[in-house]
Amino acid sequence: MPVRVPILRQGRTLIASIQEDLSDSDILALQARVLEDVIRHRATGVIFDVSALDVLDSFGTRTLSDIAAAVQLRGARMVIVGIQPEVAFSMVLLGLTLADVPTALDLETGLAMLGRAA
Amino acid sequence: MTGLDLAAPQMQRIERDGDVVAARQIGRHLAAEIGFSRPEQALIATAISELARNIVSYAERGMISFAAVDAERRQGLRITAEDRGPGIADIHAAMTDGFSTGNSLGLGLPGTQRIMDEFDIRSAPGEGVTVTVVKWKSR
Repeated sequence: MPVRVPILRQGRTLIASIQEDLSDSDILALQARVLEDVIRHRATGVIFDVSALDVLDSFGTRTLSDIAAAVQLRGARMVIVGIQPEVAFSMVLLGLTLADVPTALDLETGLAMLGRAA
Repeated sequence: MTGLDLAAPQMQRIERDGDVVAARQIGRHLAAEIGFSRPEQALIATAISELARNIVSYAERGMISFAAVDAERRQGLRITAEDRGPGIADIHAAMTDGFSTGNSLGLGLPGTQRIMDEFDIRSAPGEGVTVTVVKWKSR
């Protein structure tokens, strides 16, 4: 059964809050929905809350990076928030540093980052 | 040599990307049962994810098996990923960061080797791939 990730809207910021472990096809479906929503709502910012995830492997990380690049081409900014410490550690060992995507400790800090940029 | 059988061997068939999620959840569960720390559990789940995805991407179907292992008073978890797919023509190249014949970052195999304590890969063209990795509990 596909996992449905809620995408909330606060002003012109979208917040995608991943609640459970996603398969590759779930992540790709989410990618399509986020890009549609960015266009539909003329969003200027997107936040990906991954604090509930306990694995971010090479596919997940690459897809997040792709989404961030596409969001930026639409003139919006994306911030990933809430990467768990142990997830961050395994990402680094795997060679995934997400250097091209802004990250923040939590949702509040992420919203503040987007607010400053607007 | 006596060892507590904390977790009976388990297997997960890998055919679709949903099976990748199932495999890493089994691995994480077993790792927690054996007493691995949360960071170690994350490393193990990540390694399983990479191995399982390789099966789906390159071989279409295969199997991941899990076994608690015990040596010199250390406990660990051994994970074996097996497929009967096309195999790897150049294992040395496949173990190089950034090398990929598919649509990936090419970090899966070398990355998996970095996050596990033991890593063994066997393959021949046309004969599939078997990757065996072990993580030992720290201390």
